[in-house]
Amino acid sequence: MSFLSANLPYILSGISVGGQYALIAIGYTMVYGILRLINFAHGDVFMVAGLMMVYLAASVPLYISIPLVIILTVVLGFIIERAAYKPLRNSPRMSIMISAIGVSYLLQNLALYFTGGLNKNYPSIPWISDTITIGSAVTKRVTVITPVLTIVLVVILVLFINHTKIGMAMRAVSRDFETSQLMGIKIDNVISATFIIGSLLAAVGSMLYFTNYAGVVPTSGSMPGLKAFVAAVFGGIGSIPGAVVGAFIIGICENIIKGLDSVLVASGLIKNPLGLATFSDAFTFALLIVILIVKPTGLFGEKQTDKV
Amino acid sequence: MNKKTKTLINIGLIVALLAIILIFSFVLPASSMVFVVLKKGAIYALVAVSMNLLNGFTGLFSLGQAGFMLIGAYVYAIFTIPTADRLSVYQYFNGGVIQFAMPVILALILAGLVAAIFAFLIGLPVLRLKSDYLAIATLGFAEIIRAIFQWDKIGPLTNGSNMLRKFPTFDSIIYGLKEIPFFNNLFISAPWLISFLTTMIPILISGVCIAIVVLLINSSYGRAFKAIRDDEVAAEAMGINLAHHKMLSFCTSAFFAGLGGAMLAMYQSTAKAADFKSGMTYEILLIVVLGGIGSITGSCIGSFLFIAASEWWLRGLDMGKFLGITAPGLFRNGFRLVVFSIIIMGVVLFWRKGIMGDKEFDIERIASRFKPKKKGEVNGNE
Repeated sequence: MSFLSANLPYILSGISVGGQYALIAIGYTMVYGILRLINFAHGDVFMVAGLMMVYLAASVPLYISIPLVIILTVVLGFIIERAAYKPLRNSPRMSIMISAIGVSYLLQNLALYFTGGLNKNYPSIPWISDTITIGSAVTKRVTVITPVLTIVLVVILVLFINHTKIGMAMRAVSRDFETSQLMGIKIDNVISATFIIGSLLAAVGSMLYFTNYAGVVPTSGSMPGLKAFVAAVFGGIGSIPGAVVGAFIIGICENIIKGLDSVLVASGLIKNPLGLATFSDAFTFALLIVILIVKPTGLFGEKQTDKV
Repeated sequence: MNKKTKTLINIGLIVALLAIILIFSFVLPASSMVFVVLKKGAIYALVAVSMNLLNGFTGLFSLGQAGFMLIGAYVYAIFTIPTADRLSVYQYFNGGVIQFAMPVILALILAGLVAAIFAFLIGLPVLRLKSDYLAIATLGFAEIIRAIFQWDKIGPLTNGSNMLRKFPTFDSIIYGLKEIPFFNNLFISAPWLISFLTTMIPILISGVCIAIVVLLINSSYGRAFKAIRDDEVAAEAMGINLAHHKMLSFCTSAFFAGLGGAMLAMYQSTAKAADFKSGMTYEILLIVVLGGIGSITGSCIGSFLFIAASEWWLRGLDMGKFLGITAPGLFRNGFRLVVFSIIIMGVVLFWRKGIMGDKEFDIERIASRFKPKKKGEVNGNE
């Protein structure tokens, strides 16, 4: 019991971070499923959503700025796809990935220009940033809301993909790009829809994520973005439930590692802290490499064979 | 034009470039941006060529270059800090564990070797992956390396998350030469000669390393690399050992990236793990794209252009004045990078081949472009 109470704050924040990663990871996994592209710019779209919130909340009330941020992020995602990825649709996969890296570089530099490289304080959204107490842990309400909201959004998304026409088109395109084109599916619309959904979830994710942190800097999107991608690979790229499960596992493990030192010292296993918190980021990538080697298709991924 | 005259012309061009650098160092003050561009450009050229060897010639899309540069920079710094200065550098770790200093040349080679050994260990599992999975796994390894080097527990070796400094730099090597009586008589204390020599060190080292890469690419190994890039299955069917050649390319690339990282540390005169972020790898990738994927000369030209644009030509965009237009409101800090990344995006989208495409610099092709075409002659060069 004492182990649980010592670990509870870390597990709680792990679940919360996991939910936020899940919302970003869905954007990665859907785009990868359809375009076979690691959208490196997705993490930066997430950061830009955070920055837009900072600037909008300063000038308009929250009930306007929240929907406005979501709409603007969706527009950004749409524009990025049309401007940077669509012209390269028939070129090798490497050049479209380089284009994604270029977009990421551009967004980070734009953010650097507008913020002047300073840390921008994220506005506190009332109610969700109130402090509450669960068991022995004091935390913000957003910690509890995130997993619930994530699961609700994912269920809606899965229903959308399984029961609407555009959802069916998405599944068809991710199965076979060319055949679905022959069947009369408008590929460009489907891809745009994918980017719109991904950006929408990233915008929601950014609101939940940055509420827990002190502020937004131009590079604050890259690390969550990479981790969300790892989560998508872990769960099996292309699979939405996989991405969510992967994100929760990564979020929880990462936070447990952050707290591992103090727990180990408290339990008397080691005398001095080892500074293991340095490895919370590295752990994610170690997990990625292990997964790619042991089970490259991830937890829920479908097996693919290479054709000559 | 036969092969002999071509070689002569190429040697002539190199001599002319050296002469230009000599004239520059004679005319311009030592603080001129030209020298910054030449030094940093040479270092980035080496790293870009090492990345091009992997991405452009072997078809392995690896994003781990910053990690190998970090290893190189740290190995060089750790083994060359003078013993007398160790206590002040490793102030939190009682002077650190290593209590000797190596000669610079040995430390540079060791920097490359250690990076290559790490690459070998990383390559064992990672090289089995394909395209974007390989990219993300190598990116991940670079992040892990960065985390390990910042770990407090190995602080006596790496100084934890504090920076390493006081190791020999380009300037201090040349100033060190002045102490030796023999060199002292050779006018080495003349300021222009000092700025020439400090610029020449990175250019020479990079030049030798790039020449080695070119020799490798033109050898039978290089042809095997290109075969793997073009079609793995066909290459394997022709009897090329995929694992062996991929590993060779990966380790060679890491060796030169490590050397480049060590030189970058020399240039910056400090080494800090936090600087070697994935953003650095992206910059190098963009240089490779700008120069042309699969072209060594392209990478070199690309890197000098990239450094010149980002450090020098576009500097005015940050300072409020550019091309005579004064607009302090618009041209403030960071605008340079915005313009720069828009240019890069333009290259990626509309000029996909980059400067050189996959061709090398060839005096004959350039000459034939200016020559008026004779009637009835079929252009046989293409």
